[in-house]
Amino acid sequence: MKAFTYERATSPAQAARAVAHTPGARFLAGGTNLLDLMKLQIETPTHLVDVQDLKLDRIESTPEGGLRIGAFVRNTALASDLRVRRDYGVLTRAIVAGASGQLRNKATTAGNLLQRTRCPYFYDTNQPCNKRQPGSGCAAIGGVSRQLGVIGTSEACIATYPGDMAVALRLLDAQVETVDPQGVKRSIPIAEFHRLWGNTPHIENSLKRGELITAVSLPAPIGGRHLYHKVRDRASYAFALVSVAAVIQPDGTGRVAFGGVAPKPWRVEGAETAMPHGAAAVTAQVFADARPTADNRFKLALATRTLAGVMADAKTAGAGA
Amino acid sequence: MGIDDRLEISRRGVLAAGAAGAVVVQSGLGHAAPVPSGEKSVFVPLSLDVNGTTHDLRLDTRTTLLDALRDHLHLTGTKKGCDHGQCGACTVIVNGERINSCLSLALQHQGDKITTIEGLGAPDKLHPMQAAFIEHDGFQCGYCTPGQICSAVSVLEEIRRGVPSHAQDDLLTAPQATNTEMRERMSGNICRCGAYSNILEAMAQVAGERA
Repeated sequence: MKAFTYERATSPAQAARAVAHTPGARFLAGGTNLLDLMKLQIETPTHLVDVQDLKLDRIESTPEGGLRIGAFVRNTALASDLRVRRDYGVLTRAIVAGASGQLRNKATTAGNLLQRTRCPYFYDTNQPCNKRQPGSGCAAIGGVSRQLGVIGTSEACIATYPGDMAVALRLLDAQVETVDPQGVKRSIPIAEFHRLWGNTPHIENSLKRGELITAVSLPAPIGGRHLYHKVRDRASYAFALVSVAAVIQPDGTGRVAFGGVAPKPWRVEGAETAMPHGAAAVTAQVFADARPTADNRFKLALATRTLAGVMADAKTAGAGA
Repeated sequence: MGIDDRLEISRRGVLAAGAAGAVVVQSGLGHAAPVPSGEKSVFVPLSLDVNGTTHDLRLDTRTTLLDALRDHLHLTGTKKGCDHGQCGACTVIVNGERINSCLSLALQHQGDKITTIEGLGAPDKLHPMQAAFIEHDGFQCGYCTPGQICSAVSVLEEIRRGVPSHAQDDLLTAPQATNTEMRERMSGNICRCGAYSNILEAMAQVAGERA
């Protein structure tokens, strides 16, 4: 690990200024992903701004009937909140489908959103990777790509966004609230938060330098049955090959988003009108522009089958909550 | 620094040298990470509350909670397995919640209450979970055991508090300490000897005693 200096921020705007004005500075929240990458010298910050004292650890009801989740709320605390379990069950289910109990106790809401890809070529510093070292090439293209993306990828990068929580947030139309170094606040729709890789896969989201996430807000609950199915190589503590987040209403209409397939949670709202017609009708539209590799073409069939399973579960009494 | 600690550091230094070729090992600081020349280590004072005792330390900012516990406080019960949050051998309990001490900087824990395996029980006064692991042979080599026990104690507490899990069908019903629940919740602790079924028997016994 490279040497670094450390400070504890005293306010969100001060934290934003500290990162904006210190070359090589990064925010530190739970640190479960950042420290892992620092040990491998994939991340080499020279200064860490710890945001744990900023009182961003509360979940509040909003006047609009939704919830405002502080950026520092731990994954376990978010999944356990009664309002989330009752009204946004897909979010609890997505969170507890990810990582381990130890990691969920430490990882935060904002950190989870900002977690980096688990592409093995991103992690292997002996391999070229446009995300780790812009312009060096992509060893994943033509390499072992079973886990990697099938849609929204580019000639520069075929990695996926690895998380579960964000797939549920995309389904729920969450907003990412931020403050910048000048103290200006803004709210970014989750659909616009994560970027497609394009020619700049090292730029992963729409945050500006020093811009700090302060909260994630959810609109009022939409009812329906909340489900999250995750298919992976072992029963627990593994990243998704394919995951499906869905809210399905009694008449078969609803929303669906996919994880493990793209640089961001993958949701095509226009395809949701096909939900009453079955899984294949939906995925034919959602994955119409898919460009899978020979290694990961199976994810397309897997996505259809996983969605079919979700739809069947939605009709079963007792499934979901 | 005791003899055991010196051995520990020198062994890891040798491993680091073997893996990375020529490295500089900082001696006397309990920090075996190679430090590229020209980069200046940053030391800061901090105090850690571990097992009810406050310790004043001066540490390289890079020091993880795990390395602070093992190399500086000589609490070597907590183990370093993968050092990347994948195996769970480093599990400790911070403010009542289990975490991977390898993926946390010591600096993040000023003011926290940290409990390690040494704080759960002692040889003459075992924690019920420690006693149950012995009774049910919940280990073979024992390397993962301190992390397994810290995790197992926390899992039963999480179930008692109603923390949800992937194994639950109904998120609004209180979880129970069933075999399925405990297996899912223990998935962050790897046991290469494969003592899982005995670990579950030990946990079931403690859960039953508590219920």
